[in-house]
Amino acid sequence: MKRHLISAADLTRGDALLILDTAEELAHLADRPIKKLPTLRGRTVVNLFYEDSTRTRISFEAAAKRLSADVINFSAKGSSVGKGESLKDTALTLEAMGADAVVIRHGASGAAHRLAGWVRGSVLNAGDGTHEHPTQALLDAFTIRRRLMARRASTAGARGAGLDGLRVTIVGDVLHSRVARSNVLLLSTLGAEVTLAAPPTLLPLAVGSWPCAVSYDLDSELPKSDVVMMLRVQQERMTAAYFPSVREYSRRYGLDAARMARLPGHAIVMHPGPMNRGVEIAAEVADSVRSTIVEQVANGVTTRMAVLYLLLGGTEFPATGVAQ
Amino acid sequence: MTNNAVTDNGSWLIRGVTIPASGRQGEEQTSILLGSGSITAIGPDVDHPGARILDAGGLIALPGLVDLHTHLREPGREDAETVETGTAAAALGGYAAVHAMANTDPVADTAGVVEQVWRLGRTAGHCDVQPVGAVTVGLNGTRLAELGTMADSAARVRVFSDDGRCVSDPLLMRRALEYVKAFDGVIAQHAQDPRLTEGAQLNEGEMSARLGLAGWPAVAEEAVIARDCLLAAHVGSALHVCHVSTAGSAEIIRWAKSKGWPVTAEVTPHHLLLTDELTAGYDPVFKVNPPLRTEADVAELRRALADGTIDCVATDHAPHPVEAKETEWAEAAFGMTGLETALRVVQRAMVDTGLLDWAGVADRMSVGPARIGRLAGHGIPLAPGAPGHVTLYDPAAPAEAVTPAGASKSRNTPFAGIELPGRVVATFLRGVPTVLDGKLA
Repeated sequence: MKRHLISAADLTRGDALLILDTAEELAHLADRPIKKLPTLRGRTVVNLFYEDSTRTRISFEAAAKRLSADVINFSAKGSSVGKGESLKDTALTLEAMGADAVVIRHGASGAAHRLAGWVRGSVLNAGDGTHEHPTQALLDAFTIRRRLMARRASTAGARGAGLDGLRVTIVGDVLHSRVARSNVLLLSTLGAEVTLAAPPTLLPLAVGSWPCAVSYDLDSELPKSDVVMMLRVQQERMTAAYFPSVREYSRRYGLDAARMARLPGHAIVMHPGPMNRGVEIAAEVADSVRSTIVEQVANGVTTRMAVLYLLLGGTEFPATGVAQ
Repeated sequence: MTNNAVTDNGSWLIRGVTIPASGRQGEEQTSILLGSGSITAIGPDVDHPGARILDAGGLIALPGLVDLHTHLREPGREDAETVETGTAAAALGGYAAVHAMANTDPVADTAGVVEQVWRLGRTAGHCDVQPVGAVTVGLNGTRLAELGTMADSAARVRVFSDDGRCVSDPLLMRRALEYVKAFDGVIAQHAQDPRLTEGAQLNEGEMSARLGLAGWPAVAEEAVIARDCLLAAHVGSALHVCHVSTAGSAEIIRWAKSKGWPVTAEVTPHHLLLTDELTAGYDPVFKVNPPLRTEADVAELRRALADGTIDCVATDHAPHPVEAKETEWAEAAFGMTGLETALRVVQRAMVDTGLLDWAGVADRMSVGPARIGRLAGHGIPLAPGAPGHVTLYDPAAPAEAVTPAGASKSRNTPFAGIELPGRVVATFLRGVPTVLDGKLA
């Protein structure tokens, strides 16, 4: 594995499976009364968050703490310019403090990439602008595998399995979505057949170069989907003429109960959160048994533990005897 | 090899040099005698006792290069460049004259500012500085600047440009084109539809999709160029298109020229060599406006420069301090330096590829830009009686990787580490060397 995790494209199929399998091991930890391993004791993980994202930050924080790392939360709200210190100077500061890993969330695409050029520790991209969010894709892959591949595998749950042959439909604002970019790359690496369903205005012009199919018609994709992943739609996109109105968007691309009924019986519904209930997803869909939204949050912690463990090369795992 | 025994008021005899001429194979070596600011004689047997001698065997002589598009940053951003450092960089690149763009602080939108820049150029002395005037007050695109007053000033402004911003208002553009007819001016347009490029960061295509950066679509340039060509035809005024970057733009200009319309165009060295693939690492040294495009665009721009559709090479030398580039991509400034590498890039992109001969380079980098800029006393083919602006270039110098260090105050060259052939050996301005043996004289 590479030293940093900046893009899902950094991961080979072997890397991705190693992370998912490691997460599978670590998941058992969550069932134990003491949810902590000494693996990263003495290591320092900095959460460098330039955007408000309590959900992602506490997920990384919990992951690092369960591995006994020291966690420093560095909240630098707003742009680096607005804050008065450049990203580079902040990087040098973290470097001087001896950060072994920096988890960065930033509003500018490429910020994680730039940071990796300025620090010696590992850089984990926790979302950079409209570029990527690779750990979200990993936790999504983990969730899909647990839900849909475990029953196919003969023994030992889903370990070692990819997502070969699964049909995943990602719906919504692909153009501005870091979640979509990372998922297209990772899920296709793992063998899934990804289709993007969105109005043409919300797809990148060059989407044809991506390893996925494209459809403007959600309804025709639903009956053949094993997974439907709904993306958050920001209402301000309407003012930039990406679509005429929220209601029209919802009518054409929102997942309501009627659309959910067109899915195969085993299909699952995912959302990276936070949801706009009633816009891209109806409440009864979000709260249905097909919905994996709460599971995704739980799986986020174990997946991020696996990434931190593998990037920082923890030494005391699995010698502590994680239950099989 | 200089002879200091008897010197004749700084006369220079350039011996063994080749003057490229179009269609002529295996040009002969000759000598150029410079004296009293001009070329006094050319011929294999020319001699002048007491003249300092420059042995130029293997070198080619071009009329001193002229840049139609330079950002010297003074006044206002002397941390990035000054007239002194920018013209030194120009001289090292073989330039005898540069056009200084108007987006300084204060903006060069009055006679006072253009005269200040003009005088700073005279003082620096490394090359002639011809100020470009802003089209609109403060580059704001709402009200015409005092174009006539700038034209009548000591700076004799003929090229007007809001470069960095587009004169997007069609009516204002029409009026500007019409107005400058009175004093043989030309409007140099930075063609960029502002609405189509809101927040734009790099060429809209595979790279922008992958990197998650807002795309700068080719159509935002091409639509403005098409409109401006039609306006220029309608009012019969001279339009110059700055830094053409797309295949489609070249096609539109070719069409406009085929109609006989008074349209000229320039292309930058970086758009002749680099593509948007370089942005993969988010290094803002590759952030420029218009953005680096695709390989297909580069190929078409080269072809258009070769066939004369694009009239000249202009550097768009845009120095920025380190901190403006050592940042997140979206925060970083647009622009690249280019004066010191332009001729070498053109050799690699145009000459070594067989698309253009050296006589063609002389036209695209000296004669053409001087004509478009209405710059008296520059861009005149080397001949007895012509001004003594001469660039001596060694095209056989082995390719060397570019280093960012140079005379420019800024280091934002996109060519760092890229191997370029050739070497500017000497530059003469009015018969006086500004550069000798590749160093400032």
